[in-house]
Amino acid sequence: MNSTSETIHTKTNRTKRETIKEAVVEIVSDSGEGAQKCGQSLGIISAKMGNGVWTVEIIPAEIQPPARSKEGASGIRVRMGSNKITNMGDHADMVVALNEQVLYGRIDQNAYKPGTYLLIENKWATHTEETQKAYKESLERFTALGYIIHEIPMEQECLKHVSDARKGKNMWVLGLLCNIYDRDLAMAADQIKDIFRKKSEQVIQSNLDLLHAGYAWAEDNLPMHFTIPSRLSEEDFVVMNGNEAISLGVMAAGIELCSMYPITPATSATHGMAETIESAGGIIHQAEDEIAAIGFAIGASYAGKTAVTITSGPGIALKTEFIGLAVMAEIPLVIIDVQRGGPSTGLPTKVEQGDLLSVLYGAAGDAPKIVLAASTIEQCFHYVILARKLAESFRTPVFVLTDANLATGVQPFPRPKIKEEWFTGPIDQSPWKEGVKAYDWDAQTGLSQRPFPGQKGGMYTLTGLAHDEDSHVAYDPAINQRAAESRSRKLAALGQTLKSPVVHGDKTGDLLLVGWGSTRGAIEEAVERAREKGAKVSSLHLHFLSPMEPGLKAIFAKFKKVMTVEINYSDTIGNPLITEENRRYAQLAWYLRAHTLIDIDCFSNVYGQPLSPIQILKMLEKELDLTLTDHT
Amino acid sequence: MIALQPDFCDIKMPEVHQYGVEDYASSKARWCSGCGAHTILHSVQKLCEEEQLAPEKTVFVSGIGCSSRFPHYMKTYGFHGLHGRAFPVASGVKFRRPDLNVFVITGDGDCCSIGAGHWVHAIRYNMKMVVLLFDNSIYGLTKKQTSPTSPIGTVSNTHPRGSILPPINPIQATLGLPNVSFVAQTVDWKPAHLQATIKKAYEHPGLSFVRIVQRCPVFMRDTYEPTVKDPDAITVLHHDEGIVLEEDALKKFRHVESHDPSDIVKAREVAELVKETTPIGLFYQNKEASRYDEYGAHNLGISVEDRIEAINSLMDRYAV
Repeated sequence: MNSTSETIHTKTNRTKRETIKEAVVEIVSDSGEGAQKCGQSLGIISAKMGNGVWTVEIIPAEIQPPARSKEGASGIRVRMGSNKITNMGDHADMVVALNEQVLYGRIDQNAYKPGTYLLIENKWATHTEETQKAYKESLERFTALGYIIHEIPMEQECLKHVSDARKGKNMWVLGLLCNIYDRDLAMAADQIKDIFRKKSEQVIQSNLDLLHAGYAWAEDNLPMHFTIPSRLSEEDFVVMNGNEAISLGVMAAGIELCSMYPITPATSATHGMAETIESAGGIIHQAEDEIAAIGFAIGASYAGKTAVTITSGPGIALKTEFIGLAVMAEIPLVIIDVQRGGPSTGLPTKVEQGDLLSVLYGAAGDAPKIVLAASTIEQCFHYVILARKLAESFRTPVFVLTDANLATGVQPFPRPKIKEEWFTGPIDQSPWKEGVKAYDWDAQTGLSQRPFPGQKGGMYTLTGLAHDEDSHVAYDPAINQRAAESRSRKLAALGQTLKSPVVHGDKTGDLLLVGWGSTRGAIEEAVERAREKGAKVSSLHLHFLSPMEPGLKAIFAKFKKVMTVEINYSDTIGNPLITEENRRYAQLAWYLRAHTLIDIDCFSNVYGQPLSPIQILKMLEKELDLTLTDHT
Repeated sequence: MIALQPDFCDIKMPEVHQYGVEDYASSKARWCSGCGAHTILHSVQKLCEEEQLAPEKTVFVSGIGCSSRFPHYMKTYGFHGLHGRAFPVASGVKFRRPDLNVFVITGDGDCCSIGAGHWVHAIRYNMKMVVLLFDNSIYGLTKKQTSPTSPIGTVSNTHPRGSILPPINPIQATLGLPNVSFVAQTVDWKPAHLQATIKKAYEHPGLSFVRIVQRCPVFMRDTYEPTVKDPDAITVLHHDEGIVLEEDALKKFRHVESHDPSDIVKAREVAELVKETTPIGLFYQNKEASRYDEYGAHNLGISVEDRIEAINSLMDRYAV
């Protein structure tokens, strides 16, 4: 095997390669053909080589949707570059399609441009009469759209190595792409060994054969060969998706109970920790429903065990009453919401930032809680640790918002060094200080210490009813007002410790874009590209949404216009019946307008796709009346 | 207790605090006069005293409803949470705190209606805790609506012409669930039986489900008064392995039937036969049923160093 790869390397060195700064690659297939595994591997190999990487998955709604269908497209996009990559980019440069039909959905989503290479499995050209016809028609249409088509005998080539080409074609494609983009073949082989580490030696070997065969085929048969320079960092890096980062974050936060109910796209955060968490001092409880999942976590937290519950929008809706209880009775809890398209069942596998207002205001009455939003994969890790700490210090539930884009997006980041102080000590079982009440609200901060079961003399009955400092049911109306003030004051106390956010770009200008969550990379890249062309645009990204980061009004005042960029719904003025007066704003815009009394505009949509820099640039062209893109 | 002479030797005896019933009593209960919950409260406080439960190691978890005010009247830790959700909270308390004594106080609306899903799963989890279902067959706190255990034809504010559906039989339903390990029934107006049942439930190594038929003198006077006064209304299920009453106490019951609590098939038959009389006693017990709280406690006490090592070894898999 070694000799094979050496031979190929020698050959590669003879190939003339075009140096490029970055490339966007897609692998698209029917569900179950391993396209994602192929793309993830490509991403990991590139990260290992020191390239910047971002991957985003293309996931159909069903496990086994109809084959060769537009809706059934399953796959992945990998953007790799010489510099740090923070988003999925604009149009794909190179697409590998295991059948031609799955491309239609991507074309509708404007994922490709004239000049995009389409490498299409050619076995359909000799398939049933109906399929042949569809294949031929599609290729004609694709050519007309300006794509560069290469028909590739993937099935035929794979059958030289395996009896069932469906199993293994993805690794042949990986070899193909490794050749096209000058990826390190030894790293690719290591990746295969890791993927199939639980399989037999024979399985590993046949996949390695496929990898090398794909590599060699591209070398001999394709005209396009690139290289993407990289620099290896001295620092240790890890590469993972947002849900995996949450998994590690939960364990590194010293959390002792992860209580959940399966829901897309949040569940894989639990898969990532399932094998390890019990050795890391925690345990997963799969509850009977979403309500029980949070109730169980709240019970554990009440008893002094650190707890998290992980869910998505519909789960948050079900948990709302318990969230209100956790606020009312001041129970620390980390709640992770991996947002997806809503309302209702909505778009389970697609991205949306649609839960901000429901998380802030979903409960009955006034239920102030801390809300953080991660904007990078790295933050998905660190924010769980921060949230756990805040939950205990402020005796309150803390939300960490992420979304489907972060959940499945893969990005390298510096390897976190796990610190002992991230873990809690044993539960305090010493006698409770005499005379201190269960809710001894500090007049300045609203903060109080809580007794844990087991502490002599600390006995109290926690209640969701309005209660006084002793946790006794409040029959005096003044108590409710005082208690509500204390809970709200905790947020003000935390707000005092926060810094003003930093503007990306100049601190004054024509337009300030304000975002939150996973859109940060796309917004900042768009702003940088627009600024290169002279646009006076800057951006600001919020990470604390409750309490709000301070100083926003002063920052906003330096710009002629402020506009949020979000992936959620807002009315567009000019659409039937929509006016300045009745327009419904995007969620952050709504919130910031109330917060600052500034006439903040918004750009948002619910196509269920991550925002690309070009979408934002096109919006900026209209807003600023400038030409900022090549293809308008 | 054996009294030691103070000058018997030089070794100082550790001071052992002996809890009295009053050590478990908090504020005065605010239930209506004549409500069966008062009797149950006294029985539970008596159990705590008999078992010398450390108040700080004891947690009463309840939902919402008349009965769920119970934790406020105990001088232990308490959790008066949400309607129907006592089970998940109590399970969460117990899962990683095997040192705590956990009691669930729930009512017929709380357990058998809004919280029915949790009831099913709590039985299956079979964590060590005592569940007391205060079943008065009516929604009391919201002022007389039909409950899932209201007898058919019950006139209530939601069914002024009488309730339509046959009631849920909580004993029958519980006996049908997987991993069920302890099912008993008693009535609030037979204190000796109530006390013996609660004690037996406390001793059970798993989840003990006790339905207590409870009087509501305000909204269900006509349903309970004849039952309370009728010596034929109750049949005692008697067995050496069941709820054992002293002979004098047993003699007070007109109907006594032998029932072996290890026989689940017979238990289900007896549960279904609720027609003329109410059977009280231990329907079923299985001390060997698997317990989820044992799983929850299996990895407590791992050192921080070992935890960090486990996380780091997973992180290695993502290293580039």
